[in-house]
Amino acid sequence: MMASSYNAKEEDGHHSGSASHGGAAVVKSKKPDNTAFKQQRLPAWQPILTAGTVLPAFFVIGLIFIPIGIGLYVTSNNIKEFEIDYTGVDMNSACYSCAKNFSWNSTTSCLCTVDFTLEQPFESNVFMYYGLSNFYQNHRRYVKSRDDSQLNGDMSALTNPSKECEPYRMSEGLPIAPCGAIANSLFNDTLKLYYLEANGTRNEIPLVKKGIAWWTDKHVKFRNPGGNANLTAVFQGNLTATSKPVNWRNPVYELDQDPENNGFINEDFIVWMRTAALPTFRKLYRIIQKKSSTMPTLPSGKYVLDITYNYPVLSFDGRKRMILSTISWMGGKNPFLGIAYITVGSICFFLGVVLLIIHHKYDTRSTGADIPN
Amino acid sequence: MLRRIFNRLLGGDERRVDSRTIYIGHRSCPASEAFIPPPKFCDNRIVSSKYTIWNFLPKNLFEQFRRIANFYFLIIFLVQVIVDTPTSPVTSGLPLFFVIIVTAIKQGYEDWLRHKADNEVNKYPVKVLEDGKPVDKDSEKIKVGDVVEVKENETFPCDLILLQSSRDDNTCFVTTASLDGESNHKTHYTVPDTEKDLDSLSATIECEQPQPDLYKFVGRMHIYKSNQEPAVRSLGPENLLLKGATLKNTQKILGVAVYTGMETKMALNYQGKSQKRSVVEKSINAFLLVYLCILLSKALVCTTLKYVFQNKPGQDEPWYNEKTQREKDTNLYLKMFTDFLSFMVLFNFIIPVSMYVTVEMQKFLGSFFIGWDKDFYDPEIKEGALVNTSDLNEELGQVEYVFTDKTGTLTQNNMEFIECCIDGFQYKYHDSSSELDGFGVTYGPMSKLQQKAGWEREELFLRALCLCHTVQVKESTEQPQGQEDGQKNQVDGSVLDGEVPSAPQEEKGFIASSPDEIALVKGAMRYGFTFMGLESKTMKILNKNDVEMYELLHVLNFDPVRRRMSVIVRTRSGDTLLFCKGADSSIFPRVKLEEVERIRMHVERSATEGYRTLCVAYKCLSAEEYEHADKGLKEARLALQDREEKLTAVYNQVETGMSLIGATAVEDRLQEEAAETMEALQGAGIKVWVLTGDKMETAKSTCYACRLFQRNTELLELTVRTLEERGRRREDRLHELLLEYHKKTVQDSPLAKTSWSVGNQDYGFIVDGASLTMVLNSSSDSNTSHYKNLFLQICQNCTAVLCCRMAPLQKAQIVKLVKNSKGSPITLSIGDGANDVSMILEAHVGIGIKGKEGRQAVRNSDYAIPKLKHLKKLLLAHGHLYYVRIAHLVQYFFYKNLCFILPQFLYQFFCGYSQQPLYDAAYLTMYNICFTSMPILAYSLLEQHIGMEVLLCNATLYSDIAKNAMLRWPPFIYWTLLGVYHGLLFFFGVRLLFGNLALPDNGQVFGNWSYGTIVFTVLVFTVTLKLALDTRHWTWINHFVIWGSLAFYVLFSLFWGGIIWPFLSQQRLYFVFANMLSSVSTWLVMILLVLLSLLPEILLPVLRKPRGPHARQKKMVESSEGGLQSPRSPARPLLMRTFSDESNTVI
Repeated sequence: MMASSYNAKEEDGHHSGSASHGGAAVVKSKKPDNTAFKQQRLPAWQPILTAGTVLPAFFVIGLIFIPIGIGLYVTSNNIKEFEIDYTGVDMNSACYSCAKNFSWNSTTSCLCTVDFTLEQPFESNVFMYYGLSNFYQNHRRYVKSRDDSQLNGDMSALTNPSKECEPYRMSEGLPIAPCGAIANSLFNDTLKLYYLEANGTRNEIPLVKKGIAWWTDKHVKFRNPGGNANLTAVFQGNLTATSKPVNWRNPVYELDQDPENNGFINEDFIVWMRTAALPTFRKLYRIIQKKSSTMPTLPSGKYVLDITYNYPVLSFDGRKRMILSTISWMGGKNPFLGIAYITVGSICFFLGVVLLIIHHKYDTRSTGADIPN
Repeated sequence: MLRRIFNRLLGGDERRVDSRTIYIGHRSCPASEAFIPPPKFCDNRIVSSKYTIWNFLPKNLFEQFRRIANFYFLIIFLVQVIVDTPTSPVTSGLPLFFVIIVTAIKQGYEDWLRHKADNEVNKYPVKVLEDGKPVDKDSEKIKVGDVVEVKENETFPCDLILLQSSRDDNTCFVTTASLDGESNHKTHYTVPDTEKDLDSLSATIECEQPQPDLYKFVGRMHIYKSNQEPAVRSLGPENLLLKGATLKNTQKILGVAVYTGMETKMALNYQGKSQKRSVVEKSINAFLLVYLCILLSKALVCTTLKYVFQNKPGQDEPWYNEKTQREKDTNLYLKMFTDFLSFMVLFNFIIPVSMYVTVEMQKFLGSFFIGWDKDFYDPEIKEGALVNTSDLNEELGQVEYVFTDKTGTLTQNNMEFIECCIDGFQYKYHDSSSELDGFGVTYGPMSKLQQKAGWEREELFLRALCLCHTVQVKESTEQPQGQEDGQKNQVDGSVLDGEVPSAPQEEKGFIASSPDEIALVKGAMRYGFTFMGLESKTMKILNKNDVEMYELLHVLNFDPVRRRMSVIVRTRSGDTLLFCKGADSSIFPRVKLEEVERIRMHVERSATEGYRTLCVAYKCLSAEEYEHADKGLKEARLALQDREEKLTAVYNQVETGMSLIGATAVEDRLQEEAAETMEALQGAGIKVWVLTGDKMETAKSTCYACRLFQRNTELLELTVRTLEERGRRREDRLHELLLEYHKKTVQDSPLAKTSWSVGNQDYGFIVDGASLTMVLNSSSDSNTSHYKNLFLQICQNCTAVLCCRMAPLQKAQIVKLVKNSKGSPITLSIGDGANDVSMILEAHVGIGIKGKEGRQAVRNSDYAIPKLKHLKKLLLAHGHLYYVRIAHLVQYFFYKNLCFILPQFLYQFFCGYSQQPLYDAAYLTMYNICFTSMPILAYSLLEQHIGMEVLLCNATLYSDIAKNAMLRWPPFIYWTLLGVYHGLLFFFGVRLLFGNLALPDNGQVFGNWSYGTIVFTVLVFTVTLKLALDTRHWTWINHFVIWGSLAFYVLFSLFWGGIIWPFLSQQRLYFVFANMLSSVSTWLVMILLVLLSLLPEILLPVLRKPRGPHARQKKMVESSEGGLQSPRSPARPLLMRTFSDESNTVI
């Protein structure tokens, strides 16, 4: 890639040897040491970029990038993705009434059902996401409104949450567990997916909720105070009495029946606690495991999505979506990478050609001179 | 009574204004005169330090925070402490306090050194007369009015009026070499008629208030004797002994202190050490302002948009993100203001505090290379270069004007008789003792080249050399005067390091007002004619063991207008002879033409070799002639009016019709490689000015010898001599000359260029102190600025400028004049004596030569080198490299912080303008301190984009970076655009990647911290690799640091994210980096972005024309080889040129 000359400047060490020997014998003189470093004569590699050296590099980059780009593009295109907005803005949409009549005080959940059709079967594991738009999870006030030591099972932080959690720190004189705005706004819609068979029967598709959070989050970063056993006692104990977040229907120890997925280590909760980078985001909700090698995970056909509509987004003009997607080695569907690679590869190749022309037409002579002897 | 008091008060006031009264020995005067309590004069303490223990902290802090950057960081820090901001105060506080403390320690240490140096001077033991007995005291305790005793070879501790000398003739000898550079001995006189017994002396001295002119002093002394009217004696500069001068050849003197401490003329000639700032620092400040504007506008944009955004329904406070009670209560405008400040804090990293640390470190560490350079090591003094300030390293690469002292800097101030020419035959002296042994019979040592002149002529010539001078023989301190001649011969071996003990007559101590004379007398001595001294009007010459005696009748003194001197002597046989020596131009018209022709060629040849030439002529005076001359001289000497003119007329009348005997050539030895150094500097586009206190002729010949003036250089002279021509008013003449020269140099030069492209005339400009004063302090104000302008323009169009007869302060004035002229060029002063200190301090860069004349110049300089020749490498190699390094460092720093902060700014558009930082606090703090600091530091210490040897060989390379080329606006804009491009690329590249958040192959999603970490990783790799691309000189240190810091970043990120840190309130980065690495897409996007960012960097150098340093170097070498003969070749052949009196003459 680079023409280089290895210009090891000779260290005249033997000269100095005799000279300094004589000097030292006289007075402790201030004669500078004759070392390569002090004389700025360290051996050095002196590369030069020339047309001759850059040219092959451009071709190589082009030749590597274009196939990668094509591969990425094809992979991305093969990923199946289905997205449906169930916010209920439109009068005709199924969740319109739920969205419209939402009230924080209502004790009963509002249910709505959305029908949709998958044109193509989803072959491999399908990942179910919920997506929110115009939801600023990356707002500074929001991002910092959490107490990681409380979430890590620290008892003192449980009873005395961090100041950062304000105004979601104390409720009715009791510390909130988990405190903070992020926890308080936990996404609590429940989504259920049914396959509508030809005869009209609804086949519930099993949704796995294990493995949706980062392994390290689930096992290290998030921990229940006092272990996973008897959470109720911990969160309701005399010394450690806590209050549920104001917007939650159930306290934290009732998030799930499974003790391995309850309390702070509830995976839905953990996923939510990882704040999104952009105001439009998706979060992994459930995984639909592929059952058999012959049958597609989600065959094409009609489906029904049952939504327990708890989460209001219209007040800030937000949107809610449900996304079904397969995943490849490069993650979810994203044509950007493939296109970018193809483009950059082509540009490099093109530049290589241009340089080659310039190189050959104008200064064949100078490159010859540039190659050091 | 009342009136008297009133008068006294008034008088006191007056005295304070224009004169001071000193009571010698603090004795009050007889009652007849009212005793006026002496006003308080300052003590004899010299203070060059800046701080004391008590004011160090506040003063130093104040000075540090006067720096725009430090003040800015302080503000940012305070904002972070007071206002709720996105980043903690530690992120900016820690680096700031580190910088402040390190700088304070450094400055404190430097000041401590100054204190130590001051103490050395102030605690120097002196003898002060108290009640008639000498009492030991510290120098600083001397008060005005004290009588001080000074011994031989001691320097005067303050300005003294000479009262008593141990010499019989009431004189003392003084050398002012460390004050004005003249190393000859000067005679000072005691106040006439003062009593021998100082105890009973009761006198007051009334003199002017201190003023810096070394050559001016006006005062009078009232001597009170009992029952007599007070006698009044006038005092002049000949009575004043200056602090810093050294007593010579006089056992001891007594003097009364008139000016002490900071009021001495020496101290007044020093200027306060002002903080020197380099152009780079000025550029940094300019860039800083640009970035400050960018910062402010970014903060302003964000604040505005934030409030626009919050006005949309539901966005200010959505249900999921409520404000705290305090936030709700805050006043809207206050909120806006704190929001603005928060944005400032968020983006403040764009102006990196670490840049100052790195720059300081680079300067500090980089300066070691100067001290380490073995090429600067001088085996004679066993020392290398010394760096007193590290702030100006890069300034060495920017020098446009070099002001050099002559004596001791360009020359060794060591005159040596080189050759002579008698009747057209050349004699060269070969310095070998073997030849000396055989000189007795024939003139062996005068090995003649072709033929010998007649021996009578030779003897006559040597006698002339021995007689025609005003040299005195130095008296030995051990041996009293008046001993036998034979013994006296052996005296002075100890004084002038006598080399050959077997020939003791050979070395003698001489004192003269001009070193040339000594050289000539010594030259004659080598050939067997030894001048034994002058005793009661009799000059004795030892010639082959015969003693010849001559009666000295008259000395026709040297003066710069006649440029010759003569003596009239009478031999034992009764003949009256006149010997005359002088500049060729003044001798040739007074001798026979045919004699001139024989000598002229030799004179010219020696002159072109840079020797100082003198012609020697003689004349036999008949009795009548002498009678006539004697009468004329005596009359003229007694004349009360127009004495000078009359004397000159008689002189001219006497010195006619002489016959030329020969010519001498004396070499003022140049410093080693002085000419080569000067040539290299001029080749580098640097203008060299010689500023000297010495005589014009001497200085001029030095300039020729150093090749500052070429043979074809046309000299423009603006001196007292040219001004006094034609007997017109000086000021008219000045005006006329300035206009004429201006026309020549400025207006005609473009014409000359178009008509003859090759034969472009070089101009040299000569100005002396008196004329300079007239230029600078012209009577009318309008003229002053006009003259100054003309003067500067003339100077700038001349290749070399020589300023002679300069007082130390005038040297500084010249430097200041140039420094403040249009384009404010970078100036460098180099000198070795105390007389150079003011100009060393005034110039941008001051360089001291570690010469023989004390250490004052070295102490006050920024850099000290053992020899002048080292200046070449210091400027061409070190200066060049330092400049390139630091310029790159500065640009790179601004660039890397711009592309660091730009994504953070862009992120505000996606997070509701909530000041959410994109990067984790650890990354924000560590970016400049750890991840990207070491490679640039290593680069800025080790980079050699062009090798040292090549830089030294090709002086023209120096002009490539002249005028701050790498820190001007175009390169700055290039770097800024690059930073913007990179910033945009990083942010939007990752933004597009995050179009789908499911990046790993397990479907899980990434959050905001992953976003920031990906951007940051790309950033760190890009800026580091960008530097790698710029590095042209990869030593193992560069490899280690560049790859090491990348590895460190990766390891640190893994480590930082691998542990739940108990002291952190939020574990934001927990396993973020590791998870990021698990995603293939992230890898791919990072590679893509790094490559895309560096693409223009790879492409540009290929497309740019001079390709790489090697091609460039080759080109340079080729051109210099090809053009080796062409530059500076004389336009006219050597002997064809007219040898006018403008070109090369001495005395």
